[in-house]
Amino acid sequence: MAADPYRLAEGGRIDRSRPLRFRFDGRDYQGFAGDTLASALLANGVRIAARSFKYHRPRGVMGAGVEEPAVLVELKGDAASGNRPATTVPLTEGLVARSVNAWPSARFDIGAANQLAARFIPAGFYYKTFKWPDWHLYEPSIRRAAGLASAPKEPPQGAYEARHAHTDLLIAGAGPAGLMAALVAGRAGARVMIVDEGTEAGGALLNRCLTLGGQPALDWVAAVVAELAGMENVIHLQNATVWAYREHNLMMVQERAPANSSLLGRNWRVRAGQVITATGAIERMMVFQGNDRPGVMLASAAQAYVNRWAVPPGRRAVVFTNNDSAYAATADIARAGIEVAAIVDARDGVPDHSRALVPGIEVLAGQAVTSVRGGRRVRAVSVAPIRGGADRQLDCDLLAVSGGWNPAVHLYSQSRSKIAWNEGLATFVPDAPAQAVRAAGAANGAMELDRALQEGVAAALAALGDLGRSGQVPELPGSDDLPYTVSPLWTAPGAGAKSFLDIQNDVTVADIELALREGYSNIEHVKRYTTGGMGIDQGKTGNVNIIGAVAERQGKSPDEVGVTTFRPPYTPVEFGAIAGRRAGPVVLPYRHTPLTRWHKNNGAVMYEAGARWRRPGYYRRAGESFQDTVNREARTVREGVGIYDGAPLGKYEIKGPDAGTFLDWIYTNVMSSLTVGNGRYGLMLTDDGLILDDGVAFRLAPDRFLISTSTGNADAVGQYMEKLLQIERPDWRVKITNVTSQWANATICGPKAREVMAAMGSDIDLSPDAFPFMAFRDGHVADLPARVVRVSFTGELSFEVNVRPRDLPALWKAAMAAGAPFGIAPVGSEANHVLRVEKGFLSLGHEVDGTVDPHDLGMSWVMSKKKDDFIGKRSVELRRASGRPRRELVGIRPLDPNRQVPEGAPLTPGGRKEATEGFVTACVWSVVENRWLGLALLTDGRARIGGRAHVRLPDEVIEVELCDPIFHDPKGERLRS
Amino acid sequence: MTIMQRYSALSLLRHALGSHRGWAPAWQSPPLRDRYQAIIVGAGGHGLAAAYYLAKEHGLTDVAVLEAGWLGGGNVARNTVTIRSNYMRDESIPFYVKSVAMFDGLTRDLNFNMMHSKRTMVDVLQTWGMVRDRRRRKLIMDIYGSTYEDIPVAELRRRVPALTGGGPDSRLPILGAAVHTDAAVNRHDAVAWGYARAASAMGVAIHQQTPVTRLLRGPDGAIEGVETPRGTVRAKTVALAVSGHTTTLTETAGLRLPLRTINLTAFVSEPVKPVVDVIVNCPDLGVYLSQSDKGELVIGGATDLGQSFRRDIKQSVFEDTVSALLELFPAFARLKLMRQWGGHLDMAHDASPIVSMTDIPGLIVSAGWWGGYKAIPAGGAGLAHLIATGRPDPLVAPFGLNRFRNLDYVVETGTTTAR
Amino acid sequence: MLLIDCPFCGPRNESEFSFGGPALTPRPSDPAAVSDADWVDWLTVPPNPMGLVEERWWHARGCGSWLTICRHTVTHEITEVRLGR
Repeated sequence: MAADPYRLAEGGRIDRSRPLRFRFDGRDYQGFAGDTLASALLANGVRIAARSFKYHRPRGVMGAGVEEPAVLVELKGDAASGNRPATTVPLTEGLVARSVNAWPSARFDIGAANQLAARFIPAGFYYKTFKWPDWHLYEPSIRRAAGLASAPKEPPQGAYEARHAHTDLLIAGAGPAGLMAALVAGRAGARVMIVDEGTEAGGALLNRCLTLGGQPALDWVAAVVAELAGMENVIHLQNATVWAYREHNLMMVQERAPANSSLLGRNWRVRAGQVITATGAIERMMVFQGNDRPGVMLASAAQAYVNRWAVPPGRRAVVFTNNDSAYAATADIARAGIEVAAIVDARDGVPDHSRALVPGIEVLAGQAVTSVRGGRRVRAVSVAPIRGGADRQLDCDLLAVSGGWNPAVHLYSQSRSKIAWNEGLATFVPDAPAQAVRAAGAANGAMELDRALQEGVAAALAALGDLGRSGQVPELPGSDDLPYTVSPLWTAPGAGAKSFLDIQNDVTVADIELALREGYSNIEHVKRYTTGGMGIDQGKTGNVNIIGAVAERQGKSPDEVGVTTFRPPYTPVEFGAIAGRRAGPVVLPYRHTPLTRWHKNNGAVMYEAGARWRRPGYYRRAGESFQDTVNREARTVREGVGIYDGAPLGKYEIKGPDAGTFLDWIYTNVMSSLTVGNGRYGLMLTDDGLILDDGVAFRLAPDRFLISTSTGNADAVGQYMEKLLQIERPDWRVKITNVTSQWANATICGPKAREVMAAMGSDIDLSPDAFPFMAFRDGHVADLPARVVRVSFTGELSFEVNVRPRDLPALWKAAMAAGAPFGIAPVGSEANHVLRVEKGFLSLGHEVDGTVDPHDLGMSWVMSKKKDDFIGKRSVELRRASGRPRRELVGIRPLDPNRQVPEGAPLTPGGRKEATEGFVTACVWSVVENRWLGLALLTDGRARIGGRAHVRLPDEVIEVELCDPIFHDPKGERLRS
Repeated sequence: MTIMQRYSALSLLRHALGSHRGWAPAWQSPPLRDRYQAIIVGAGGHGLAAAYYLAKEHGLTDVAVLEAGWLGGGNVARNTVTIRSNYMRDESIPFYVKSVAMFDGLTRDLNFNMMHSKRTMVDVLQTWGMVRDRRRRKLIMDIYGSTYEDIPVAELRRRVPALTGGGPDSRLPILGAAVHTDAAVNRHDAVAWGYARAASAMGVAIHQQTPVTRLLRGPDGAIEGVETPRGTVRAKTVALAVSGHTTTLTETAGLRLPLRTINLTAFVSEPVKPVVDVIVNCPDLGVYLSQSDKGELVIGGATDLGQSFRRDIKQSVFEDTVSALLELFPAFARLKLMRQWGGHLDMAHDASPIVSMTDIPGLIVSAGWWGGYKAIPAGGAGLAHLIATGRPDPLVAPFGLNRFRNLDYVVETGTTTAR
Repeated sequence: MLLIDCPFCGPRNESEFSFGGPALTPRPSDPAAVSDADWVDWLTVPPNPMGLVEERWWHARGCGSWLTICRHTVTHEITEVRLGR
């Protein structure tokens, strides 16, 4: 293993005392702390580091940051992660990486054969072919070939977290403009967050050799960072990306591997009073034949590799530009020992200040690179005058290109703020803001350092002003940066099938020309037809070139062509970081009753009961089948005594002089006539006249009621009642308190319930006369303060004993002990379902499915005729006025008593395969009839009782007898007993 | 009328030899006339499909499709391409069964590869309520030839090996799974372009960048045409297929409709090698996903019920969906979000679609397509029938506006409506 | 994640609130006196502007107040928040 042979002996921001070993595509290499994987690969002379998506063309490193379109790698081991631009992977000891989309390696890639077929697979080719005989024939191999890295197999080792923050000013980007803004705002005492995606602050200054105030610019950076570190009102994050700009200035920040923690990442949700996007600018590629060959690199990247990482990415360079920035880059790479054969400048006029930077280097003005020689890397380029003339060949192994600069307007645009075409800069720049946001520096089109610093100050002062603060203009150090001018060359002469606009997705000039020829003329069509800009880089280096190329071909200005939408995230973010700690039990936090542990210890199989509650479904005993268990529990209630945990039942206290009026409005029946101590079953309807919920209302005092709701609907009903009161009837004197968690209960039910209650000991007179059905009494049960309610959801004599939640285990224990001689047993929701079906009691989610009104369920009695109005009345009447047949609740008995009907099964006329006339809402094994029976909603069902209907299943028809939906104790004697 | 250029492997080869210079435009750009027999507003999936079926089934080609932006830029450009017919009511199922079947044959009909892939949809069931819901659907769907097939959890794990969550000790253990075998995905842009190309070849005029600013009514109250910045365009029949903008337009003619515009969102991961072969739907947790042929996971989930004409996504809604995703696919914590987006669409009061004549003679709406991608072929054909005959075909008849007159809702959600 | 300025609690994240639907025109005081068509209109046709819409929000994980919020359906800008209707 050679130590990085291409590294300069000195310079750069790497730590030569800390060598790091790493492995790429199965070979071992060495780099230094401070390297990225890309810089380390270049330092080791790895030129082919990737294969392209479609044609598997060899590719090398082209960028130096998040813009990198070409070299995506897959990290292995604990840090496993796919599709990472090598330029954004900090080198670590033992790092193992491989190139994506290449097999066995990027150097020798079997898929490279695709290049031979390139002419047959232009943009959109798949829309035209692979149709015969069927797409399914081709799809599997296409799927295997697509996708870049392999999918993750294991969850990450370690945790992510989320953190909320509030700040006066969030600054995205710690380059010169961002740092200057932070300094001004920080000194002014504002709460500031400055967030930067790099491993260290400085932005573009890290890649360049500029001075500020006569000193190296990075000295100024260090001084500012040190001053910010001393300010308690400033949070400075590096290695963190502002990846989304949401409504109301909510900014999403992903912090990678936060310092002083074992976290993999932290997702900040920052609510910012003001935002400054100082996100810099991204250099564009130049578009010419062969512009993707290894050795073609952004000029700014070549500059960064020599300055920041001390790696010359070639020995002899040609520079191809249409703007001034490449001259400083040329000067830097020449200083690092790279021989520069020539600067090819597409502009006719090259400013003197630029020429002055590169004395002794030939400048070929008004010329363009028209082709590249060399298969696996650049060996030479052809250069020709743009207006025509003989071409000339220049040998080189590095072609540094600069197509101009695009402000990174992504965040600004995500805020829904406008961006606009700037003719002078030949790019899109921030325009009118839509939120409290400003752009500053290169992100705002201020490409020169002095202007960037000035804009940082100005943006900070303006933001402070909007925050009601003021700030001081600091001393501005002067720089040696030179003016930036650009004259776009969207495509070089001869650009065509090997001229790449989107390097990552292999989209060429020929592809967009084909799209335009075929009428895909809108920029969105071009993008979608060619897939340009749809890669992992989301077109950071290529999108504006596509717009430019389209504009050129349509004879429009890029402005008229328009811009494709910028969508989050700015750079890809792990889903783990987005979810934070929201995993496992906290995805849907449990609500459990004081008895959860008892249930589990006693064989309960827990069911989701709605509203995140879990309740026992049934209590399994050794040797029992599921049906045995349900039958045993149901029989226990019908024949002896059972007990169930009713704690999750929704409960509200309704209090105030108008409480009765209010209940009369929200229930279909009259509640205001209840006498203290008594209760009534009721239904609530929606304004649409459909059943919303059912429950029982009790009058606790003249101005005080207690109502129950179904478990799953409790919160919704509470919200609904509050809304009605606060929005619709604010003048009514009613207060609502949710007491669901204040009252826990156990219901003792069955013919022997009274004996058990007596055995537990109570100061309440339990005799039927003194304590009738639908009454409640306050007193003590088993020496515990209790409210006992005589309701029944099973059809049997029932005592619902409500106690403080902390007393529920004691109550339960007492009941189990007192009930033991009577054979008491706990009962789960499965048996409760059997019991309620036998009684024809409705169940939300079964009979009530969002389409039924009380009449449908045979509950016309619950629809008060005395009241002028109640919620739902008008709509029920209106719907029924149409005379359209309704589906009505009936009981069903399969002719074969041993035939179970699946719940939900459709009823069709004669069991034929045609439109349904109803469906089976429930079917249970009845312990009173010892057979299967059930409930159904059937068109005109009540009139058909006594007749038959047909359940239509895919492979058979089950004939059922229609009957009254109450199978057990139709007169209700047992529950009243 | 022009002859549509054939697309095939052979033609691709032939054109390759000519460096692809011989390909004709996929659609014409004729000048905008001031009068047509019918106007369809909106060149999204439904509008383009209606134009195609109008020409093909009803011979009506004197039709203009007016599009505010670019054709295919409506919700057909931003959805999760899930094509299915797993509905619950007699009114809905046959319509969606028909639509799925039409999608199955669309590549051949339009000579345009939709990359239609019958990947099937696997519903992951984590509560008994959902098990019952799926059983109810399965049994009624069978009547109309649509299928749910129950599979045990072990088979689910075999078909979706990446689904490692939902074990016996998890928050919501997986109780079972149901496979909707009819479900498919395809390429959404191809649907829009395929319809546009075929409709254009039959003489339908598609005018892009032609926003309708106002509906015009005559003295008798009937529709007369529309106003656009390019001038007034007259027609006796105007059909709106403009999704979330339906009420914006009908209100210019004084017509109010039971529609609310809401935002529906989705996102995609970075592209990775094949990891999920089917559409996985997790209704209890509120997330669904499939993997595109390009390798991206396409993920959808929670809805924001507030009215919105935006095309972005709220962080709170997004995080709910991501945490649900990771509960079932914990390894995807390492996977990265690449792009997210939203679309806006209108939802009717009962959350079922509206394909209907209106109180304004000559004005037809196709709206309320909440999840309307799968409905494009049958919805387009139904809209075409309505335009051509003035009467609904039986499949769309249940979705008339007159159902609201007596509150005879078509309730598909299994619960009460969202208000 | 909207930021809703609760008159009682100050600016709070949307996650503290429950959405309660659009604000309809005032409920007819005597539904029986309203025509069928007007009743259906009130019940099923909400305002649906590309612009400011009034809607109800409940500060469920805050003070418990029902609020009426004036929010722009395109920009999300909230121009007014008031207690009750």
